[in-house]
Amino acid sequence: MSNEILKIEKLERVFRVGSEDVHALRGVSFTVQSGEFVSIMGTSGSGKSTLLNILGCLDTPSSGEYIIDGVSVKSLSKNELSELRNRKIGFVFQNYNLLARTTALENVELPLIYNKDVPAKERRDRAVAALRLVGLEERMDHTPNQLSGGQQQRVAIARALVNDPVIILADEATGNLDTKTSYEIMSLFQDLHGQGKTIAFVTHEPDIANFTTRKICLRDGQIIEDKPIVPLSAIKALEEISKMPTE
Amino acid sequence: MNITNLFKLAISSLFRNKMRTLLTMLGIIIGIASVIAMVSLGQASTKNVQSELSSMGSNMIMIMPARQMRGGVNMGNASSKSLDENDLKSLKNNTVYVAKVSPMVATSKQLVYGSNNHPCSINGVSEDYLDIRKYSLKSGIMFSEEDVKRYAKVCVIGQTVVNELFTNGEDPIGQVVRFGSIPMTVIGVLAPKGQNQMGEDQDNIVFAPYTTIQKRFSGINYFNMIFASATSEEESEMAATEITYILRSNHGIKTGSNDDFEIRTQEELVSSINSINKMLTMLLAAIASISLIVGGIGIMNIMYVTVTERTKEIGLRMAIGARNSDIKMQFLTESIILSLIGGIIGIFFGLILSYGVSKLLNWPFVISQKAIVISFLVCAFTGIFFGWYPAKKAANMDPISALRYE
Ligand SMILES: Nc1ncnc2c1ncn2[C@@H]1O[C@H](COP(=O)(O)OP(=O)(O)OP(=O)(O)O)[C@@H](O)[C@H]1O
Ligand SMILES: [Mg+2]
Repeated sequence: MSNEILKIEKLERVFRVGSEDVHALRGVSFTVQSGEFVSIMGTSGSGKSTLLNILGCLDTPSSGEYIIDGVSVKSLSKNELSELRNRKIGFVFQNYNLLARTTALENVELPLIYNKDVPAKERRDRAVAALRLVGLEERMDHTPNQLSGGQQQRVAIARALVNDPVIILADEATGNLDTKTSYEIMSLFQDLHGQGKTIAFVTHEPDIANFTTRKICLRDGQIIEDKPIVPLSAIKALEEISKMPTE
Repeated sequence: MNITNLFKLAISSLFRNKMRTLLTMLGIIIGIASVIAMVSLGQASTKNVQSELSSMGSNMIMIMPARQMRGGVNMGNASSKSLDENDLKSLKNNTVYVAKVSPMVATSKQLVYGSNNHPCSINGVSEDYLDIRKYSLKSGIMFSEEDVKRYAKVCVIGQTVVNELFTNGEDPIGQVVRFGSIPMTVIGVLAPKGQNQMGEDQDNIVFAPYTTIQKRFSGINYFNMIFASATSEEESEMAATEITYILRSNHGIKTGSNDDFEIRTQEELVSSINSINKMLTMLLAAIASISLIVGGIGIMNIMYVTVTERTKEIGLRMAIGARNSDIKMQFLTESIILSLIGGIIGIFFGLILSYGVSKLLNWPFVISQKAIVISFLVCAFTGIFFGWYPAKKAANMDPISALRYE
């Protein structure tokens, strides 16, 4: 059984730069079902980030309809949007965006602080559980500068998971990582997907997109391709590169 | 986000930049410390003056002849001869709120004893004068009503006079001192009172029966002043009214005409000096509060820096669900805590400063609770006022551009 997590219809986004209009999105429509692992591909400037920002309710479309988990975003106030981001969306960024000089545990607890339905004593348990899920339970007292890039991204993923969102939005989450670490992160995403999480993953690397279950391709703000694919296993890919001789 | 979290967040971010936090607080610390010191010292000085004034007399009332204007020329108080023996009698016998009365006739003479001589002012008074002015005797006795009646050539002298005349350490009691050409016997020595608020030596004084001064020295029959004491402080006002009534009727002044005398109560004197002191204190506090404003601007400056520095963090917090008001409160809490902690330290230093100065000037040490409470409120206000715009700037950031900020 699958239900609709998000649905966008004829989404447009126009930026006004000086006297010129930049059409970042020109009528994008698709729906994402619960449990899908979608990759959004496209060349630089094709509108991937713009689309993801709108999906993440950080930006509002110039026109078009966006419904997330049965709620039409258009009608929501600023505070309702904040609450929606807090409860239904988990963000993962290219540059991790962890708070410096703050432990992994505190970083993961952060979204719960803005969720008044989670009592203070429950916060820690949930943050520890999320860190366990990304395999960093032992590093919870480490600060970002004591962690590798891959570990930092895992903390960021734990932070995205901690409020149990309906969808995880990742923008170039592997963009700053080497191939091996990228594959490890993708393997983690595949695990999460296996546990039923819905994920939308922006990337411009085709080999990364191959680990997902659906490929959406953008060009100049329009969808040029949208097709389900059979995902490759990230674990297997990892095994293969470990067999290759290292130079 | 609840208060506990806001508080924790603010404290930890202030701790992260210890030096900066300290320097920012310094502005507030100096501002509050100087305000507290100024107000406390102002109050200490008031208290000091009050105790000086109360040592001047007990519920004292001074009655002096009114200034006489002759053809537009102010002739001064002494020119009038309106106060006399008759007034003294009425004030002694026909009043309810007046406890004691003494006239005063002033003159000055060269005092000679052996080979020493000393110029000194001599006050002709009655036996009640010491009580009215809170003088006490160190040795000997005060002259009596009897001495006043028979123009006795006796006197009571102050410590300075003793020091000037009796240089060989002999006991002044019973010795004869020549006042110009008139020999007077010393029958008492006053206990030292020290300097008054104006820096005058209150011990360089001689008291003699007023009749002696009137008859033997000046040849006059009026008084320069009359001193009285009210039955209590609260009754000073009524005593003054009573005195006014009696003197007007004695002097035959018709309704509508001005008094030919002036009355000053000790209370009035205290309150007028108090009001001057209060004004001075306010002025000093106002000047000190300028440094508080400068401190507040320091907070604003640092808060702007902090907000800009943490743009990325603000973007992230917004992305994970912080409301604009959460962001605003986060930075507002930080600036309020900054200024409140600065304020507490400032109050502490202000008290130390005023304690030191009070000790140095021999003033009483006063802790002005009002100033402390007000400083505290001012600090909270400073934190809110100067933190408001930086916090608002943070809250109004666009999350996407904030996240992209490098
Ligand atoms: N705030 C903005 N103001 C003006 N133009 C913008 C703004 N944000 C994006 N654009 C424009 O919209 C278009 C799409 O940008 P977007 O960031 O979505 O591309 P992208 O697909 O994420 O590219 P990349 O792979 O390089 O991250 C670009 O032409 C960009 O210049
Ligand atoms: Mg992008």
